Amino acid sequence: MDFIELQDIRKTYHMTDIDVPVLHGISLKIAKGEFVALMGASGSGKSTLMHILGCLDHTTSGRYWLDGEEVSNISADRRALVRNHKIGFVFQGFNLLARTSAVENVAMPLSYTATHLSERQARQRATEMLVRVGLSDRLYHEPSKLSGGQQQRVAIARALVNNPPLLLADEPTGNLDSRTSEEILHMFHELNESMGLTIVLVTHELDVARYAQRTVHMRDGLIVEGEYDGSSETDDVHRAQDQTQSPARSTTAEGQTS
Amino acid sequence: MKLNKTIRVALKALRRNPMRAMLTTLGIVIGIGAVIAMMEIGAGSAAQLQETISSMGANVVSVRPGSITSGGVSQGSGTRPTLTPQDVEALATQCPSLLAVAPEVRARTQIVYGNKNWVPDQIFGTTPDFLTIRGWDIAEGEAFTDRDVRNTASVCLLGQTIVDELFGDQSPIGQQIRANNVPLRVVGVLTQRGANMMGTDQDDVVIAPWTVVKYRISGSRLTNTNQSASSSSSSSSNTLSNLYPSDPPDLYPSQSSAQAENNPMIVRFPQVDSILASAISADHIPAAMEEIRTVLRRQHGLGPGEEDDFEIQDMTEMTDTLSSTTTLMTNLLLSVALISLVVGGVGIMNIMLVSVTERTREIGLRMAVGARGRDILRQFITEAILLCVLGGALGILLGHGGAWLVKAVLGWPVETSPTAIVAAVLVSASVGIVFGFYPAWKASRLDPIEALRYE
Repeated sequence: MDFIELQDIRKTYHMTDIDVPVLHGISLKIAKGEFVALMGASGSGKSTLMHILGCLDHTTSGRYWLDGEEVSNISADRRALVRNHKIGFVFQGFNLLARTSAVENVAMPLSYTATHLSERQARQRATEMLVRVGLSDRLYHEPSKLSGGQQQRVAIARALVNNPPLLLADEPTGNLDSRTSEEILHMFHELNESMGLTIVLVTHELDVARYAQRTVHMRDGLIVEGEYDGSSETDDVHRAQDQTQSPARSTTAEGQTS
Repeated sequence: MKLNKTIRVALKALRRNPMRAMLTTLGIVIGIGAVIAMMEIGAGSAAQLQETISSMGANVVSVRPGSITSGGVSQGSGTRPTLTPQDVEALATQCPSLLAVAPEVRARTQIVYGNKNWVPDQIFGTTPDFLTIRGWDIAEGEAFTDRDVRNTASVCLLGQTIVDELFGDQSPIGQQIRANNVPLRVVGVLTQRGANMMGTDQDDVVIAPWTVVKYRISGSRLTNTNQSASSSSSSSSNTLSNLYPSDPPDLYPSQSSAQAENNPMIVRFPQVDSILASAISADHIPAAMEEIRTVLRRQHGLGPGEEDDFEIQDMTEMTDTLSSTTTLMTNLLLSVALISLVVGGVGIMNIMLVSVTERTREIGLRMAVGARGRDILRQFITEAILLCVLGGALGILLGHGGAWLVKAVLGWPVETSPTAIVAAVLVSASVGIVFGFYPAWKASRLDPIEALRYE
């Protein structure tokens, strides 16, 4: 079994009186140590897939194995535990705690599960992480005193502080200029190479996706793999992914395109 | 998360916005401060009350006549004139636990000096022992003597208020005042005592030998403050007072004019309004009360099984009554202070709700990195409790300081109350739990995805 295995994942949001289907049956396998880019236009369902991958949300149907454990229908508390141990998040908006030093920000996740660590040990581990992302001289700076790139590095250090096997990055370069973006992406690449960290990177930029070993394209709640140019739909190449995608399902999906 | 870590996280969160934390907790600070100050001042005045009561004669035992009940209608205490000067004599000689015994006859009538007049609050008729029992001293002149009492000598002692009203700056010693047209020579002035704890002016008194008050001033039993009316009842020349008699019917046969001629002093049924006695010490009060009961029952010829025709009261009853009044007042003020605590709690809840909304992204982030709903709940409740407890601590200092200031500036008695401090800490913590719960619960129910996306 692969590190990540999705089997016919469906997700429907229930609004007050209508049901909004977002994912129409997604099957996907990601091996350990892979660097995958998840691409798609807005509304394609990539964020929803990302939330399910990140155990932030439960599925409507389908099964999801992460690191050999089925996590598709577990309680919210169990999901919190899985997030803490196995997944690191990097967000577009950095999401650092204001008026809190870089070290404190990085050590924050430790206070939820790593209770055996003392305050000093936690800070030491946070410091190690910050050194690793190249911020050894910014340990006690508050986010407002850091540049965007530095803030994102703090966020990466925070994502890694629990030594998770999976890193989920949601548009990590969306708020950064191209030079800083390159730095950050380079860091992802390095982490993937040196630590064997599995990385799933959500983006809508081809330039960003190029850093990944594999690119998964999404459209209308389905995976459409191949070269994909967000602006023109004629280029779409429907390639059956692995063993799953049956023609019947594609028809259903197409019928619901809005 | 361990407790100390939770507290540390909460402290960090509060430190991120110290000004707001300060303002939020202000309601609690004021509430707790008010509670503490109230308790300390209350405890202080209770202690002072005890002191006052013991200084004004905690050993005093008073005997009042019993009540008449006619046709099921009680006439109230003192309506049955059963106490006599002979009872006083008997008590003085037969009760070893008593230090002094004095009769008390009260009158209320107008007194006149020159062109000024005044109605004293009380005209006491008594013996010199009265001053010993009540602990009253003579400021000027001297007290009347037992001989004056026996001789029905027309002398009196005046309280300071009366001196001020009738004499102004002049010395009253040796002057004559008239009470109910009876001339009384002023022999002494009492020291100023001020108001008692009931608020009655204790200096508004005239003290005279009981024989004078009983037989010459009041004539019948007390009541009328209008001199012409009361004098008419004694001279019985006014026809109106016969039509509308204001005095109760005589209980005992009145003397004929011939008898009155033969006995210028009535000796047969003189009653006193009450008897005052002081025990040797406060510890002797129960024994003294028992002795008084035995002696009076014998004096009044009451057989076993018959009810007492008198009532014995000691000051502890009065002390209890008075302190229950102060306790009631303190409790009232305390409940007002508690209400302000509730208001403070609502303030905390309000700001915590704002804080939860404002920190939605932070909550989402914490959930994303592995915080469970209950971790978030605990964190926000801890913040609320910390706010309240810190506010409570500040309030304790403030209340203590306020009480101290009241003591320093107004001279009110103040007493530190450890119970109040413990209670204040507990109350503020529970305010935190009660009012912090809803916002914390709301925070814990947030969906991490929604929270992360919140702008």
